[in-house]
Amino acid sequence: MEIEIKENIFNANDQLAADNKAKLDREAVLALNLMASPGAGKTSLILQSAKSLSDRLRLGVIEGDIASSIDADNVRSHGIPTELINTGGACHLDANMIQTPLAGIDLPSIDVLFIENVGNLVCPAEFNLGEHLKIVILSAAEGADKPYKYPLMFKVADAIVINKIDLMPYIDFRTGYFYDGVRALNQQAPVFELSAKTGEGVDAWASWLLEQWNERFGQGHGEPDTSR
Amino acid sequence: MHELTVTQNVLDIAIEHARQGGATRITRINLVIGEMSSIIDDSVQFYFDFISKGTMAEGAELQFRRIPAQFRCSECGQMFTPEGDDYRCPRCAGLGIVTDVGSEFYVESIEVD
Repeated sequence: MEIEIKENIFNANDQLAADNKAKLDREAVLALNLMASPGAGKTSLILQSAKSLSDRLRLGVIEGDIASSIDADNVRSHGIPTELINTGGACHLDANMIQTPLAGIDLPSIDVLFIENVGNLVCPAEFNLGEHLKIVILSAAEGADKPYKYPLMFKVADAIVINKIDLMPYIDFRTGYFYDGVRALNQQAPVFELSAKTGEGVDAWASWLLEQWNERFGQGHGEPDTSR
Repeated sequence: MHELTVTQNVLDIAIEHARQGGATRITRINLVIGEMSSIIDDSVQFYFDFISKGTMAEGAELQFRRIPAQFRCSECGQMFTPEGDDYRCPRCAGLGIVTDVGSEFYVESIEVD
């Protein structure tokens, strides 16, 4: 006998993700899932965003790493509330792993939560965490072929960041080829070209984040209250 | 890289539905997986044989139906499956736009006794 099912294999994860999202929505916290290769500049972008947004939005961070607290210690040393998840080898974060750190962060005291995923352009694309926005960061030196090699990641992105543009004079980044790949996979996502090292282009990215917060939570919550 | 998680989910879904249907044994699980997914079929079957031991799904065969990614040409509307890093339409060289065909990831059905 055959039983028809038609159930998404990630259904259980998606349900937990929906719980996480409801919790974030209640506290008017915009959550971003930052996904990139190791070394693309996820942590540096968080720190630059914090600098750029310091008087406008209060940030919190969940740091996902296979091992070590290097990134978490770094972010914490800048006075940003940070929770660490060591995945112990797992190649991605999932909605369940987020629940404990989410409970550890004082959500009413922040406006934006950066969730730094494990450095990997493959697996994180398949797991919803409860985030509002999936952000893919590519550092220019990794090469322009990444959309073609990791199509799912670029398909699911809500925004794409090209980091380390200060290196452009030294590398052969094929811009047209890159944007063709991105546009074939994703018509909507804005692309931000920036350098988290020099700060170039970070303001446009930060303004977009502020817009995203306002679009979702501006009505009824007023301006983010940075005095708390 | 996360085949074990996927396999556990497949097993859980299959057992839940088999129980609801009053079955005692699962002999086959039919999966539909788009080519956009990075899952390795052999690896999932390997994990499955291991974690299904002692369950009603022990010995079940996993059947994978893989769906190639379909792009639609933004110029002429032609549907095509891109080869490698060429997302241009084979007919008119317009830029192809990805569709949802190729992103499937679900348990379609199970065969039970």
